[in-house]
Amino acid sequence: MLSRTADSLYWLSRYIERADFVARILDATTRLVSLPQSYTGERNEWECAVATAGDLDMFRRHYSGANEETVRDFLAFNPANPSSIRNCIEVARDNARAVRTAFTTEMWEALNGAWLELKSFDNAMSREEFARFLDWVKRVVLAFDGAAYRTMLRNDAFWFTRLGSAIERADNTARILDVKYHLLLPETEWVGGTLDYFQWTTILREVSALTAYHWVYRDGVKPWLVADLLILNPQMPRSLANCYEILARHLALIASSYEQDGEGQSIASAMLERLSKTKIERIFDDGLHEFVTEFIADNNRLGSVIAEQYLS
Amino acid sequence: MRLAFDEMHGGEVRGGSGEAAPVRSAYETLRRWLDETPSAFFDTRRSQAELFFRKIGITFAVYGDNESSERLIPFDIIPRVLMKSEWSVLERGLKQRVTALNAFLADIYGPQECIKAGIVPADLVLRNPHYRLEMKDVKIPHGIYVHIAGIDMVRVDENEFFVLEDNARTPSGVSYMLENREVMMRLFPELFTNHRVAPVENYPDSLLSTLQSVAPEATEHDPVVALLTPGRYNSAFYEHSFLADKLGVELVEASDLFVRDDVVYMRTTRGAKRVDVLYRRIDDDYLDPLVFRPDSALGVPGLMAAYRAGNVTLANAVGTGIADDKAVYTYMPDIVRFFTGEEALLKNVPTWRCREADSLSYVVDNLSELVVKEVNGSGGYGMLVGPHASKREIEDFARKLKHNPDNFIAQPTLSLSTCPTFVASGVAPRHVDLRPFVLTGADEVRIVPGGLTRVALKEGSLVVNSSQGGGTKDTWVLDA
Repeated sequence: MLSRTADSLYWLSRYIERADFVARILDATTRLVSLPQSYTGERNEWECAVATAGDLDMFRRHYSGANEETVRDFLAFNPANPSSIRNCIEVARDNARAVRTAFTTEMWEALNGAWLELKSFDNAMSREEFARFLDWVKRVVLAFDGAAYRTMLRNDAFWFTRLGSAIERADNTARILDVKYHLLLPETEWVGGTLDYFQWTTILREVSALTAYHWVYRDGVKPWLVADLLILNPQMPRSLANCYEILARHLALIASSYEQDGEGQSIASAMLERLSKTKIERIFDDGLHEFVTEFIADNNRLGSVIAEQYLS
Repeated sequence: MRLAFDEMHGGEVRGGSGEAAPVRSAYETLRRWLDETPSAFFDTRRSQAELFFRKIGITFAVYGDNESSERLIPFDIIPRVLMKSEWSVLERGLKQRVTALNAFLADIYGPQECIKAGIVPADLVLRNPHYRLEMKDVKIPHGIYVHIAGIDMVRVDENEFFVLEDNARTPSGVSYMLENREVMMRLFPELFTNHRVAPVENYPDSLLSTLQSVAPEATEHDPVVALLTPGRYNSAFYEHSFLADKLGVELVEASDLFVRDDVVYMRTTRGAKRVDVLYRRIDDDYLDPLVFRPDSALGVPGLMAAYRAGNVTLANAVGTGIADDKAVYTYMPDIVRFFTGEEALLKNVPTWRCREADSLSYVVDNLSELVVKEVNGSGGYGMLVGPHASKREIEDFARKLKHNPDNFIAQPTLSLSTCPTFVASGVAPRHVDLRPFVLTGADEVRIVPGGLTRVALKEGSLVVNSSQGGGTKDTWVLDA
């Protein structure tokens, strides 16, 4: 396959995944700020949303303050923000145009249909309309992913889409942890109250894992278990462990099909090994913040290595 | 100007379907079908055809942009029918003509015998902007220049076809030929039961065989073919991606290619992969910024060096544009005779070369009846259509013509044949032309029966270009 084709497949999958993530962050934030302040504290949740799903410095250059209006505009519609939902869908579609031959009609229709419909949305929306818009974004991503899963040949083209979405998803989950790490405390230090409870459930909502949490742990929401779910639980689709399971598996498929291993394969399997052998207590001992910072750097490095190995 | 030959009724008919007009045998069954089928059925099928094209268009070509409706070329559901006996004559003539074109190009970039023998004037070739000095004495794989040719033909009578133009650079339109047949077979399966229509769907296979056959002689592995496109903003991108899909070859842009030690490679996920044959759909000027336009972002630096070293085949070869030239065209009967030793089976439209004094004075005296074209012009620019021009325009043009006669040729106003076509008022005759595609490989010359029929949808119009209200039809060659 042409490197350019693989590059487009990889990036369009990343941008689709990102659109979904940004929509979920906006959804969870809207829910959190609608609670009375006595339940949520005085933190600016809108600013948190930007830190998680965008670039705070860029935001500050464009707006004077973080509130519902400005953050919605920045994260959902602003063309200057490369990670805005609008931009994600446009970039994904633009990449899709370039890879037509590796693309199925169903995938194209899901993406192109979304792109056409996107024009009818802008920020002049009530909360209820905006919630419907976010729902629409999530459905677009489900339709696209479903089309890819159901119709693509299981060859390198498909594997590169999986790499793109897994590496993006790992980055997204790590970003949540990076912004909210101070809320996730080890069992020994738990001093949480109702204030933090809503923050924790918000985190779970951001990764659509609230129900999964109860199912997996059969326990009330505890911060260290939230951390365990997001980092180490391989059953959880958005956990770092599961993302690396996907990355290692698809990189191995590529290596065996091309009959050539490379640095990407080594990094991914080393990361997977580490995640599967670590216990959450150990991560807390060494410092959650340090762990997340290092993970984000490693994940970015894997992205560059994949780009160098296959996409250029 | 005489009336047009109608391909359904023969002879000369005026508009309308005419009562009890005789029907030529090729159209008998079709005529009955048109008469007996309720018009509501046709309405449904026409909108289904439009939907089909819009869907593949939106899916693949124009991506639902605002210009999509403009880019959809109208399709007429009434096929244009040729009998096998008529086609065989054309087929032989096309093979002869393209063989001669290839020999002519090999000669002018080689020994130049045809110039020495006085068949074609030296200055016409050597000072032609399409003559590529870079190609002089370059040995290209198998000595073939024009692998894919589109020869534009018009019909003026029962037995008379003329070649209007030779397209020897990067002729397009073959995807329409294939898609038109596809949609006809989906919408009217019963018509194909009643007619023995020669298939065209083997075109991609023929093209692939042709391209593989012309790989550099030293190629030891299965030749790797790629299709080089200027990219998705090019108006013919749909055709490029369609053909790459059907051929099963990579659709590459210049940035996907690089040249190392005079060998062309494409960048793939498995590393560099050698390319042996490039079916290029970009013009000479944009192939290699080191040799042609240095400002071009489209080209592949070093591609010409690899080509000259004989390590890659370019289809078509560099420098074939001279065979498209309208002044060179006028010498085609002589060129065919010189290189094949036979009289040309396909006629040229009678043409006056204004560079010759006798012709010039005739043309100047008869401007009001002639079509005068610039030799290097295209797309109808710089052209005079005598019968439609005002006295003033003719006088102005005469001055221009006398000032630089070498730059012009003149032809009679042709009456293109007509075919029955659906228009707002029902079925009416509309003027058509025909572009068959001729493939020349190292092994053989291949032509799928028929080609692309273009139709001028406006009443009386002779302009079949899609940019000016032209549409297309499926073209049938009937096996008896």
